[in-house]
Amino acid sequence: MSTTDLAKELKAQFGELISEPAEFRGEVTVKVADAEQIAEVCAYAKTSLGFDYLVDISSVDNYGSDPRWTVVYELYGYGHRCHLRLKTDVGEEKSELPTVTTVWRGADWHEREIYDMMGIRFRGHSDLRRILMWDGYPYFPLRKDFPLAGKPSELPDVAFTRPAPQEGGPFVTIAGGKDAVAREPRVRIPETDSIELNARLERRHDDKEVHGHAYGPGPIEPKQ
Amino acid sequence: MQSTTELAYNSKIEGDVVVTRVDAALNWFRKNSLWPMPMGLACCAIELMATGASRFDIARFGSEVMRFSPRQSDVMIVAGTVTYKMALAVKRIYDQMAEPKWVIAMGACASTGGMYRSYAVLQGVDQILPVDIYVAGCPPRPEAVLDALIKLQSKITREPVVKKLEIAAHVGESRATKHAGITGVA
Repeated sequence: MSTTDLAKELKAQFGELISEPAEFRGEVTVKVADAEQIAEVCAYAKTSLGFDYLVDISSVDNYGSDPRWTVVYELYGYGHRCHLRLKTDVGEEKSELPTVTTVWRGADWHEREIYDMMGIRFRGHSDLRRILMWDGYPYFPLRKDFPLAGKPSELPDVAFTRPAPQEGGPFVTIAGGKDAVAREPRVRIPETDSIELNARLERRHDDKEVHGHAYGPGPIEPKQ
Repeated sequence: MQSTTELAYNSKIEGDVVVTRVDAALNWFRKNSLWPMPMGLACCAIELMATGASRFDIARFGSEVMRFSPRQSDVMIVAGTVTYKMALAVKRIYDQMAEPKWVIAMGACASTGGMYRSYAVLQGVDQILPVDIYVAGCPPRPEAVLDALIKLQSKITREPVVKKLEIAAHVGESRATKHAGITGVA
């Protein structure tokens, strides 16, 4: 049985709740329209379709669009050796959906991590508390509006946090450069990214005129 | 024709007696038996284990046992990333160590927070502990850790032990006289 067939069986069972299976590079994804029914869908997937292994649950912060959260379930079956991905959307006002710990026990810590990092609650979870940060930490760190450096907080006798010095910002590549040299991580100001990319290409052009090649001082081949 | 002057200790003449300063003797004892308290938190702990294993052998330099008890160790080697969650535990264990104690911050994460400039990582263990030696590296090679230990040994050689004890005694005395309500010389 191929993954697409299994996904089509899932759709046949639940009708409009499940979207048409989308396939990309050999991976099949299916959208579940209503997050409230995710537990039923997962239970059917496990018992009838043979997806007995929950590989991962993760969440996406669609900061700026509504619904804000997308929760992604990766399923796998040892019998038929097929992967399937389920996606559901959750709105920010609700920020809650049913737990799937009743289907797979392994969902326990995945859901705790999602709660810890994003603040999405799981109704019916037996022990929903923070798993990486400490109980009493006031923020949800992986939300897009939380800065990488962190915010100061203080919990006497438990832990404290201070913002980390960034010295110019997270050094990440600028997307859209022609090649890796143009995309090199440097101090980054997102507002001027395209200007910076062009400036780097121009600097390479200057280097080429002066040195004979585009990679800065020092000859790679002996100059003729 | 050379005349030899015996400057060294000669047991036939002096009998089994060595004359030295208290400072020098105490520092020599301390530096040559630095038992580490391995605060092995992350990948640097693997290199610390390698330093303790047979090829690089930290025991040659006096660190005979990696004492996991703070009460019985001299130097805390903070090897690994100190998260904010772990920070107070590290501080508590440091406080439980008996004087004299030293700290080696091993690796980039312990020295400055390393590559983790983020919300969860303490940016250097020197925010909560007084560090004596920093070792750069990610992870530092075992030879670098041994170099740090040797540098710590030379730092200990220069320590004015008796002077410190005198100052501590004076502080204690003046506190005692204040409590007793006696005015006068401390």
